[in-house]
Amino acid sequence: MKTLLEIRNLRAGIDGKEILKGINLQINAGELHAIMGPNGSGKSTLAQVIAGHPAYEVYEGEILFDGENILELDPEERAQKGIFLAFQAPVEIPGVPLLEFLKTALNELREARGEEPVDTMTFLNKVKELAKEIIGKEEVIYRGVNEGFSGGERKRNEILQMRLLEPRFAVLDEIDSGLDIDALKLVAKHINEMRSPERAFLLITHYYRILEHVKPDVVHVLYDGKIVRTGDYNLALEVEEKGYDWLLETANA
Amino acid sequence: MPEEVQKEIEEVLSREYEWGFVAPIEEEVAPPGINEDIIRYISEKKEEPDWMLEWRLKAYRIWKSMWERGEEPHWAYAHYPPIDYQAISYYAAPKKKPKYGSLDEVDPEIRRMFEKLGIPLEEQKALAGVAVDAVLDSVSVATTYRKKLEEMGIIFMSISEAIREHPDLVRKYLGTVVPPGDNFFAALNAAVFSDGTFVYVPPGVKCPIELSTYFRINAARTGQFERTLIVADKNSYVSYLEGCTAPMRDEHQLHAAVVELIALDGAEIKYSTVQNWWTGDEEGRGGIYNFVTKRGLCAGKNSRIMWVQVEVGSVITWKYPSTILKGDNSVSEFYSVAITNKRQQADTGTKMIHIGKNTRSRIVSKGISAGYGNNTYRGMVKILPSAENARNYTQCDSMLIGNNCGAHTVPSIEVRNPTAVSEHEATTSRIGEDILFYCRQRGLDEEKAIELIISGFAKEVLRQLPMEFAVEARKLLSISLEGSVG
Repeated sequence: MKTLLEIRNLRAGIDGKEILKGINLQINAGELHAIMGPNGSGKSTLAQVIAGHPAYEVYEGEILFDGENILELDPEERAQKGIFLAFQAPVEIPGVPLLEFLKTALNELREARGEEPVDTMTFLNKVKELAKEIIGKEEVIYRGVNEGFSGGERKRNEILQMRLLEPRFAVLDEIDSGLDIDALKLVAKHINEMRSPERAFLLITHYYRILEHVKPDVVHVLYDGKIVRTGDYNLALEVEEKGYDWLLETANA
Repeated sequence: MPEEVQKEIEEVLSREYEWGFVAPIEEEVAPPGINEDIIRYISEKKEEPDWMLEWRLKAYRIWKSMWERGEEPHWAYAHYPPIDYQAISYYAAPKKKPKYGSLDEVDPEIRRMFEKLGIPLEEQKALAGVAVDAVLDSVSVATTYRKKLEEMGIIFMSISEAIREHPDLVRKYLGTVVPPGDNFFAALNAAVFSDGTFVYVPPGVKCPIELSTYFRINAARTGQFERTLIVADKNSYVSYLEGCTAPMRDEHQLHAAVVELIALDGAEIKYSTVQNWWTGDEEGRGGIYNFVTKRGLCAGKNSRIMWVQVEVGSVITWKYPSTILKGDNSVSEFYSVAITNKRQQADTGTKMIHIGKNTRSRIVSKGISAGYGNNTYRGMVKILPSAENARNYTQCDSMLIGNNCGAHTVPSIEVRNPTAVSEHEATTSRIGEDILFYCRQRGLDEEKAIELIISGFAKEVLRQLPMEFAVEARKLLSISLEGSVG
């Protein structure tokens, strides 16, 4: 199987404070990995560093995407290579209609791949359809990006963007937090529909709940900036039953 | 802020002004200093009639006494060293002043300069809907589309020509909205104004194209004193665009323009500006001082005046396009987006003076501050006792980029009629790294991201601009902010 993303001995942090203390991770095309871990373990930092947030500093290590080290690339270049981040707390962009934002984004990605800009009518119909299905109403596409959106709507909007932009590798940072059970199922359904042999996912979560609906191939537990355990779906079940403390004891043993 | 981000910002900010070049055109420049002889010299150079010279001299005496009484205004939120008015040269003209039959005859050097600036002087551009009266260093060198407008009775020419060819019209309206004694800079302009534009639209005529004039400073130490007069007769319509860029210079350049608009019964004037004078270097050295008096008079019933401005350039801006709503049911709108970056200081806003019944005004101001820029909105809404049922709505939003800039709001509302209603809303926000990162994560580079964010913030203003300007203005906003978001 082809390796899509490989992280080698990654040490990174913010404002001189080390948060990731040597991460090693290999994700193959076609796989869905879940990262679980308590608050402050570095889950979101990992997501931000993969996507290239400029505030984060990388002290050591490599992130290879398709075998190429992407650490020197700008966030937009990583996006253009097919890396997508569903944000934990998506921001609001007042006055910029979601439709315009999505069109600009899609065309930037297409241009990077040497493709023609998307046909306006085809695009409009597609976005309307996705908005209706995922956010529940079409008219949101004319509102400013996330302007006046509820927390749940913002999360759904991230999924809408993932579906539209069709990344090869998606990092979903706590996409399940703040969602009711119906929304959670809907999000899981879209993730499952997108799974394919060419595509991979890294799903970051606190809770077992979403994993029931998107059976992960591999589960990792992150603690204090390190991956302390890796296993299959059963590891998530064990964490759910016994909590993180149990893991720590065995990890330290 | 990480060091490399800081470096990147510095690099982008230190990029040279794209349009900062000087075209080597021979010029005739008046010796520095201002006195009655200089006024006579200017008037003579321009072959003006006696009444015009007298008007200028009178203005000069007003200015001189204001100067002696120390009435140069210093209340704006801007700091700069004292201006030496005797060190400025008040007139510059291309040495050869030919009359062109066609554009082909225009000095190729001048044409190249216009082309570099992207000024659509060519016929095909004019056919696309823009007639250009290009003002190079205060003297008109070419006018397009004039014949076609003449057939409709529309007068669109340099004000110098209008003084010679339409003296009655000019005399009737010049200085009626901004009298020479209005303020210090208006008085200076009245005394020494070099050139500018005159527009007259006859009753019932809708001007079919956007009229536009490009201004450009091309001589060191030469202040620009443009004078614009637009008269829309009964039930007529005109849309006028003004855009400018200036070459890089070492010393401060004074720009004190006066714009007067007069709308008679049922007439409508739309006046749009894209202002991109040289902002100065990192320390603000060499930037333009832009001290402008713009005022419109809704003289007639049901008349309408709309101001749209995109203020990007100049190191200091002192500018309050205002409207006197005299006619009953008259309407005025003011839409402004102003950017201050580097050491720019902008003190800008509007005044809406309601006199007539059922008059309405709407003010939408968007200020963006970055670098060490300071952006002040200064507005006045005055509703006089005669203005039954007057309405005003003011919205004033500020956006901050970085931690060293400032945004200030100085609104003044005076309502002296109990039936009048005035509303005021204000917000302040900040472009953060997070919003920028969100856009970049979706594949937009920094420039595109800023363009999108700013266009969202300034949407209400940008959409008022004529199509030809909207795209350019949007681009200009993002260019002037490039790299300022860490």
